[in-house]
Amino acid sequence: MAYSDKVIDHYTNPRNVGTLDKSSHKVGTGLVGAPECGDVMRLQIEVGDDNIITDAKFKTFGCGSAIASSSLATEWLKGKTIDDAMKIDNMDIVEELALPPVKIHCSVLAEDAIKAAINDFRVKNGMEAIESEKAHH
Amino acid sequence: MNIPIYLDNNATTPMDPRVLEAMIPYFTQKFGNAASRNHPFGWVAEEAVDYAREQVAKLIGASEKEIIFTSGATESDNLAIKGVFEMYKEKGNHIITTVTEHKAVLDACKHVEKMGGKVTYLPVQEDGLLDLALLEAAMTNETILVSVMYGNNEIGVIQPIKEIAAIAHKYGALFMTDAVQAVGKIPVDVNKDGIDLLALSAHKFYGPKGVGALYVRRKGPRVKVTAQMDGGGHERGMRSGTLNVPGIVGLGKAAELCMLEMESEAKRLSALRDKLQAGLTVLEESYVNGNVEHRLPHVANISFKYVEGEGLMMAMKDLAVSSGSACTSASLEPSYVLKSLGLSDDLAHSSIRFGLGRFTTEEEVDYAIEVTKTAVTNLRNMSPLWEMFKEGIDLDSIEWAEH
Repeated sequence: MAYSDKVIDHYTNPRNVGTLDKSSHKVGTGLVGAPECGDVMRLQIEVGDDNIITDAKFKTFGCGSAIASSSLATEWLKGKTIDDAMKIDNMDIVEELALPPVKIHCSVLAEDAIKAAINDFRVKNGMEAIESEKAHH
Repeated sequence: MNIPIYLDNNATTPMDPRVLEAMIPYFTQKFGNAASRNHPFGWVAEEAVDYAREQVAKLIGASEKEIIFTSGATESDNLAIKGVFEMYKEKGNHIITTVTEHKAVLDACKHVEKMGGKVTYLPVQEDGLLDLALLEAAMTNETILVSVMYGNNEIGVIQPIKEIAAIAHKYGALFMTDAVQAVGKIPVDVNKDGIDLLALSAHKFYGPKGVGALYVRRKGPRVKVTAQMDGGGHERGMRSGTLNVPGIVGLGKAAELCMLEMESEAKRLSALRDKLQAGLTVLEESYVNGNVEHRLPHVANISFKYVEGEGLMMAMKDLAVSSGSACTSASLEPSYVLKSLGLSDDLAHSSIRFGLGRFTTEEEVDYAIEVTKTAVTNLRNMSPLWEMFKEGIDLDSIEWAEH
């Protein structure tokens, strides 16, 4: 399968690979996927006082599209409020990276990882977790 | 050294230039129909086909009268399995095969089931080898055919063919083998091995695509298969259709070259393969899949735990290899061959098959080792699973959200 230039770019030069201190109350961590399914994403956000995401890091086990989707997600997260970040839709990722239908699940996983990270942060800081209206599984 | 480097010789091989040279006259000057009995154009074509038949027969220790030319191994497998079932169904309706066979065999068997046959799909052991006791226990009075591949396409494991054939014959069944990966690579002898039917394909041993053969034993016992296509009754009535003369000439030439060069080539390739394997298994958490003693000389299938195969191949873009990862298939299921060895899904997802060939050089192998090591290391640095492994977290203790 041929990858789009944007997938190749994110794959070759992944943005924001790394690990944030998950015990910090400012950090939210989302770990989604399963090794048996061939993709696992861990996405972390660091949130400032006004609920603005100041940093985002990822590590991903998966195919090129999964790595590119998570790399793109970290780029988009930085500077957004957690409420705006919650609105990131997997189809935005599909469009930006020109993912083929067989790779849409990679974008779904990235959206799930974003929501899981935000909810982890929310719960840590005394807020309720937000249920996603989309049922992916 | 030309980039990218081709290390996917189990999928297909480049044609040997000597094969092409032998084929060329049969496209334009010697274009006759081998079935034209009444003029020199036909005679020339027929002579070329007969010569190729001898070349192919010699490679597998058969008589030239036992070679049926086909369009390739998928057709040969289908003709053998469906053809035997139709021919012998009065005698019995049971076929035995294994779960690691090529899809051409498995799907032909499924077809037989639809036609009222019974098929037993035997599991294999962790190293990919068939347990002979299990085979013997599965044999019944109704068993007409045992079909077990010679060498596996994904892991290269060589089955104990002679022993399997002996068990089949003990119970009065025929023995068929899909020998696509083995023929031309290791010595195959239909008489020494006790093979009644054998499928082979030219493009797996430096011949052209679209041509193959089915060996059908003529003596002790005389085996017959029901034709699967109706037509002019070519190939002793078992396979109608105008013979692909240039392809058959190429198949013959490729067989002859393998006959001449197999021994030295196998030695050279197994040394290179062993070098590759040794160079890669120095990486932590890397595992060779399948039995390493009973294995084709040019294949190594290695899982690099905590990295995903397709992602890995993308990082190794200068190497043409293949992976058991689900992401490389439309089904999103990891390799059924690797899973049947008892490999967990995550290890199957992490596998890479390296298939060396006649034109692989040591320089290319050295380069492949470096590229693969760098790619695995980089992807592990990006892998959350690797980080957890390094922190001593038991990945099985985590409740994964399967999707």
